[in-house]
Amino acid sequence: MDTIINAEINSTMLLDDSMPILQVENVSAYYGAFRAVKDVNMNIPAKAVTAIIGPSGCGKSTLLRCFNRMHEVAHAARVEGKIMFDGNNIYSIGTDPVRIRCHIGMVFQKPNPFPTMSVLDNVVAGRRLSSLWTKRSEMEELAEKCLRQAALWDEVKDKLKQSGASLSGGQQQRLCIARALAVQPEIILMDEPCSALDPIATIKIEDLMRTLTEEYTIVVVTHNMQQAGRVSDMTAFMLMSDDRAGELIEYGTTQQVFTNPRDKRTEDYITGRFG
Amino acid sequence: MPRLTFEKRLQNLQDELLVMGSMVEEAISRSTDALKNRNLALARQVIEGDKAINQKRYDIEEMCVKLIATQQPLARDLRVIIAVLNMVVDLERIGDYAEGNAEIAIIIGDEPPLKPLIDIPRMSDKSGEMMHAALDAFMRRDADTARKVIAEDSFVDNLYDQVFRELLTYMVSDPSTINRAMRLIWVAHNLERSADRVTNICERIVFIVTGKVEEVGVAKREC
Amino acid sequence: MAGRALLPRKIINYFMLGVCALGAGIAIIVVCLMLGYILAKGLSFISLDFIISESVPAGYEGGGMRNEIIGTLILVVLGSLIAVPLGMLTGIFLSEFGSPKVAATVRFAADVLAGVPSIVVGVFAYIVIVSQYGYSAFSAGAALSIIMIPVVARTTEESMRLVPGSLREAALALGITRWRSVIFVAIPGALTGIVSGIMLGVARIAGETAPLLFTALGNNFSFEGLARPISALPLQIYNYALSSDKNWQEQAWAGAFLLVMIVLLISLAVRWMSRKGRA
Repeated sequence: MDTIINAEINSTMLLDDSMPILQVENVSAYYGAFRAVKDVNMNIPAKAVTAIIGPSGCGKSTLLRCFNRMHEVAHAARVEGKIMFDGNNIYSIGTDPVRIRCHIGMVFQKPNPFPTMSVLDNVVAGRRLSSLWTKRSEMEELAEKCLRQAALWDEVKDKLKQSGASLSGGQQQRLCIARALAVQPEIILMDEPCSALDPIATIKIEDLMRTLTEEYTIVVVTHNMQQAGRVSDMTAFMLMSDDRAGELIEYGTTQQVFTNPRDKRTEDYITGRFG
Repeated sequence: MPRLTFEKRLQNLQDELLVMGSMVEEAISRSTDALKNRNLALARQVIEGDKAINQKRYDIEEMCVKLIATQQPLARDLRVIIAVLNMVVDLERIGDYAEGNAEIAIIIGDEPPLKPLIDIPRMSDKSGEMMHAALDAFMRRDADTARKVIAEDSFVDNLYDQVFRELLTYMVSDPSTINRAMRLIWVAHNLERSADRVTNICERIVFIVTGKVEEVGVAKREC
Repeated sequence: MAGRALLPRKIINYFMLGVCALGAGIAIIVVCLMLGYILAKGLSFISLDFIISESVPAGYEGGGMRNEIIGTLILVVLGSLIAVPLGMLTGIFLSEFGSPKVAATVRFAADVLAGVPSIVVGVFAYIVIVSQYGYSAFSAGAALSIIMIPVVARTTEESMRLVPGSLREAALALGITRWRSVIFVAIPGALTGIVSGIMLGVARIAGETAPLLFTALGNNFSFEGLARPISALPLQIYNYALSSDKNWQEQAWAGAFLLVMIVLLISLAVRWMSRKGRA
């Protein structure tokens, strides 16, 4: 629990002091000829929650998907610019996106456990499907560890053999978080992880995000500004510019962005005077 | 365990308020000690310590702003934060009164004492006691205790009247004592104001518990 | 106010409803009549003997279609062995890997293939295989597989498409390679659909006659190997039904009944499976 407070106290110095885990340099994302994200520069601090907020269509999800090379999965999608992770540009030629995704995991808007697999198999899917041989006992150990980290163990320990789809929405989403943790990534990207959940399940996920910062870096996209306030240390605000490309308007500590935004557009958005 | 982070931060805020409260409580008693024992070094410490109290106030205010801005507190949580915002003002002012008394202790320096100090330490003790009870009531969300503390303010008021009358007789009988007597009247006045501020704090505690802003019925002296 | 406008609208409404009901009614009546006729005729001639004994020459009593039943089974298995892997691979390619342009071309080709009359398929197999190697079970299986491939390919594609894209994304985001995610996530998710498709294909080729005329030829004796002509139910029904021998005609009815039952059972199984797959 102490780390929660530490994270809070540290948040003000996150930008200056510690080495960022992700350095985003002049990143633009395209769908065919259409530029969806324009010239984003930001440094994402390690072991903290960074929230990306903004109105719908401002490119925040697209930007997030650039961080683990999921953007290029879409047809005719491409990325320009550099994203430095661990001292290497993840977009350099010869970098295998599959490797990147092992280090930078992702949780999606709608809970998407594999319906054909049991709860246990879901958790270890990333590990099992990417290596040739896995020991059953090891997998069970890993599953328990990750389910505990995702605060789900107590709820599902008697249902490990059931289908992942048999859980409630909130449990499914935590299962997906456990599944992402099982790959042992350093960063977890979350794309509106609570938008399909009820308020109670939402709060559980939010608490989970805070506790996960003990070990992981989290980048979360949310259209729920209040949620960004509640969970994040850093907040990035994006907006669609005149040419319909998403731009990073402001990036700073959550406290600064929420109490004293530098840009008038940020202020208009967070005070609800937008549009 | 819903809203773990928020709960933690809210608790943190209240802990900080209690820390500030005990700093102020100490400042009151130390300034009176400095006065009673002619301890100028202690008086200077109190004056120096007031800076920390002021800083604490700003820190707590910032915590409140952050909580309101980022955590959407509602109902009792919101009342706690609003109350804390009010209480730090009162606490800071009580700290200023203590600082004032410490300054008077320095001004008095080693002048011969006008009379042994008896009622003033009693006022000081009572104010400190009320403050302690108030912070305790805040921690326990105890409106009844808070109301009782408010009622105790009249005890301090009465002591002040007594000190005032007594010093008045000194001044009337020997005008050369006016200077020294006036200083002691300021001290008593500061302590009386401190107790009044404690009643403000108690009203905030009642507000946290009941959600109503009430002036708890005690005749306040006009000054 | 609404009264005037309402009346004609209601009339049109009822009229259209009536037309639709009539169409549906005709379809159901035709199916019922056909099934009823075959059932009534076939049931009276079918017997255990019919299933286990060999055919007899015209003019004799008794006999059965044992060889034909076995032949049909062999042909169906043979056709499936060729068509299932090819069809599934095609379907997987269409839904997972093909670029939109290539996929559209392949899909169009598959649709055309599905629409080719079965007699044309028979002629094609005759020219390509039979004219070189003679009539054989293998050539019949190949001809049947040509009919089956587009069925399997399209149902595989459709059911793979029904597997939500979010699952594929989930697999990719876990650092799983594309082909592993297809094998371990997409195919299991589409499995009931794919199996349904295969069974529909089986039902389709089990009753095909035309391609067999050019390839299997027919054979009154028991199975002699893949390189030899082979008998089959629909083929024998065709032959017997056209003959003037009364026993043969009765056996044709019994054979038709058996064939319809097989196809009906497969269809029911598919329905049951797809309902279970959805639940």
